[in-house]
Amino acid sequence: MLRNDAESYGVVTILFHWIIAVIFLGQILLGYLMVRTGNYALQFSLFQWHKSLGFLILLLSGLRLLWRMVNPRPRMPDGISRIERAAAHAAHGFLYLALFVIPLTGWAVASSSPLQIPTYAFNLVVIPPLPLAISDQAEAFWTMSHAWLAYLSAIVATAHILAALHHHFWKRDAVLLRMLGARRPAPVRPHADPLRIANKDTRS
Amino acid sequence: MTIARTCVSAILKAAIPLLFAIAPALANADTLADVAGRYRIDASSRIGFVVEQIGGGGISGDFKKFSGVFALNNGDISRSSIEFTLFPESVNTGQSRIENFLRSDAVFDAQNFPTVTFKSTHITQTSANTATIDGILTARGKSSPASFQASLATHDRNAIVFHVEGKVMRSRYGMDVGTPIYSNVVQFNMTIHGQRG
Ligand code: HEM
Ligand code: HEM
Repeated sequence: MLRNDAESYGVVTILFHWIIAVIFLGQILLGYLMVRTGNYALQFSLFQWHKSLGFLILLLSGLRLLWRMVNPRPRMPDGISRIERAAAHAAHGFLYLALFVIPLTGWAVASSSPLQIPTYAFNLVVIPPLPLAISDQAEAFWTMSHAWLAYLSAIVATAHILAALHHHFWKRDAVLLRMLGARRPAPVRPHADPLRIANKDTRS
Repeated sequence: MTIARTCVSAILKAAIPLLFAIAPALANADTLADVAGRYRIDASSRIGFVVEQIGGGGISGDFKKFSGVFALNNGDISRSSIEFTLFPESVNTGQSRIENFLRSDAVFDAQNFPTVTFKSTHITQTSANTATIDGILTARGKSSPASFQASLATHDRNAIVFHVEGKVMRSRYGMDVGTPIYSNVVQFNMTIHGQRG
């Protein structure tokens, strides 16, 4: 139940995926909005929330990667072409990388800024700055990198979400369901779907 | 001749240490009477402040524009008074982004509240050359008691210099933005140059 097996994702993998997915998408929205508000006091506290949540993602992603390394990977459902497989691998790989590189570049923004605003994650833990050059130019460089990577990953995440929906509503396979916790779907689809069985029953 | 000379040198020998011994006491006794009067706070004064931040360091700076007057009462320090105004627009930290933040409606709201004022209500002498100044500080439209410690540094006939320190809780004036990353306590460290007039 907790662990993955050859057919399905365990609870831990599922929780990691959805908790991180929600915070990650929230971070992109928060990041976009916070740099555009004219209210300085609100902006200050939104920035601190953004930094805290970003470090939470970094921490959770580290644990998630470790968990992934000690768990079997469910095999892909049948009927997935080699190109689809490669695209899924590339997208997942990119998203995994983003979960580390984006918080790190964000950390670099905070560390290189001449403002030297401390990072006090959730007002609980002081996180020291990275040992980087401090200047307006360095801050601008890291801000650019952070923003580009964040928006690029938003595009990849959108493709990833559309792919999941495509699997579910178009191909009607188990890809999305098993990330939602469905266990060992029966190999033949129509009989595995209770709604369809119900439909059939009423029609017959 | 020799006797007279010995006498004079003996008196001098005794008198010089005596003079050294009583000079500071005389100065103290003189101080109040000497310095009593009205003064205007001169532009050469420095209104410095520090706000500490979590993990060490902080924001420090000063205000470039201010004005004020004080009156030192002859004989009774507690009947002295001070009125002070500073213009938060003139805040200086060496970092323009921080200054703009401080001027904005997140902190001083300098556009709507162009001055911060302090008016003493009670002054208590605490030693020969120190006193505690209690008063009302008004910032951002809010008034709350504040207290400062003053110590006399130097003076001459027309001018007087005090060091003044005090801690102000900024949350009382609706300026608690950034806490607890930045301390709620603003530490003032001021050198007040008074000019008679
Ligand atoms: C996965 C986690 C994160 C995501 C998805 C993310 C995303 C974003 C986005 C979309 C923006 C707005 C970019 C713009 O439009 O200019 C932004 C800005 C920012 N982020 Fe993040 N961020 C993350 C983590 C972090 C972390 C951990 C920190 C710092 C410790 C951080 C610090 C910042 C800062 C300081 C800015 C403002 C840059 C500026 O001055 O414009 N971020 N972030
Ligand atoms: C909210 C919409 C989302 C949906 C519907 C969704 C759906 C899915 C599904 C169905 C899988 C399983 C794919 C498989 O079994 O091969 C998956 C895996 C994955 N998702 Fe998402 N996802 C969403 C958001 C995100 C976001 C925002 C991220 C970005 C961090 C993300 C990162 C990943 C990663 C890295 C994997 C691979 C997991 C692994 O193989 O260990 N997902 N997602």
